[in-house]
Amino acid sequence: MVKITYNAARCKGCHYCVNACPKKCITLSGDTNNAGYETVKFNETECVACGSCYTVCPDYAIVIEKED
Amino acid sequence: MAAKTFNIPTLMQGLPPHTACQGCGHGIAGRIIYEVIEEMGMSSNCVAFHDLACGANMLFAQKGNGFSGAHGRAIPTATGFKRTRPDMLVFSYAGDGATYSIGMQHTIHTALRNENITAIVVNNTNFGMTGGQMSPATLIGQKTTSSPKGRTAELNGNPIDITEVYSGMKIAYLARGSVDSVANINKTKAYIRKAFEKQMAGCGFSFVEIMAPCPTNWGMTALGSIKRMQDEVLKLYPVGEYIDGGAK
Repeated sequence: MVKITYNAARCKGCHYCVNACPKKCITLSGDTNNAGYETVKFNETECVACGSCYTVCPDYAIVIEKED
Repeated sequence: MAAKTFNIPTLMQGLPPHTACQGCGHGIAGRIIYEVIEEMGMSSNCVAFHDLACGANMLFAQKGNGFSGAHGRAIPTATGFKRTRPDMLVFSYAGDGATYSIGMQHTIHTALRNENITAIVVNNTNFGMTGGQMSPATLIGQKTTSSPKGRTAELNGNPIDITEVYSGMKIAYLARGSVDSVANINKTKAYIRKAFEKQMAGCGFSFVEIMAPCPTNWGMTALGSIKRMQDEVLKLYPVGEYIDGGAK
């Protein structure tokens, strides 16, 4: 079970996470946050909690927790 | 299997978003430094010496000890502190403009004295905060606000490669990392850990250069700047360990 906490208010829309995800479970949300940046959305069922999106995020918007 | 969590270091939690631009490499570089500090159990026993300009963005992205001195003088300020408090983990954090241009004399002489500190340099090949002017690390042909037709070797000289400057010097550690991919970020984190461990063992001067994108001043999208790093920048500045010296 993977729990992704995404803080959309911190996101600056660089989309490094979309590029880095090996399972392609991060996609553009089509929505913008208050600062005007396009945010992303996550498919938690496909996620394997590899931490790639957390590693490349320059704005600390993603927290991943995995419990087996 | 035990629970696995990816969360930013305690010293960076609960703060407002930092002020770096979209896609800036400083955010990643700052985070991996504090991840290493937390893993080493040094969170309350470390001091960061930041330079001005973009390097100072990360001073306000953490709650630990920090100091920002004169521009280009992060390395000598850290040297002075380390001499009085050798028990603390001391590192300087600056950009390529400050380290290779404004503070170049300190970059050379600190290495010649083999001071027991760690210098971390985030190299984005230009002066970021002042508007993207040419720095000593700017690539040949790169257009900046002070080289609008692109840098040329005849007019502006060749770009500086710190691994060539330090080659043959008796320093403890020299490595170059990058924040362009997950693999390189993890590699860079291992380099920073090794540099800090050498400092705490009293081996001498350790230096880690981190190649980073600057989408705003390169005039690119964030993902376009990562592609430029992989296609051009990392070919001139390859990632790896260059000096791995022993004890003093």
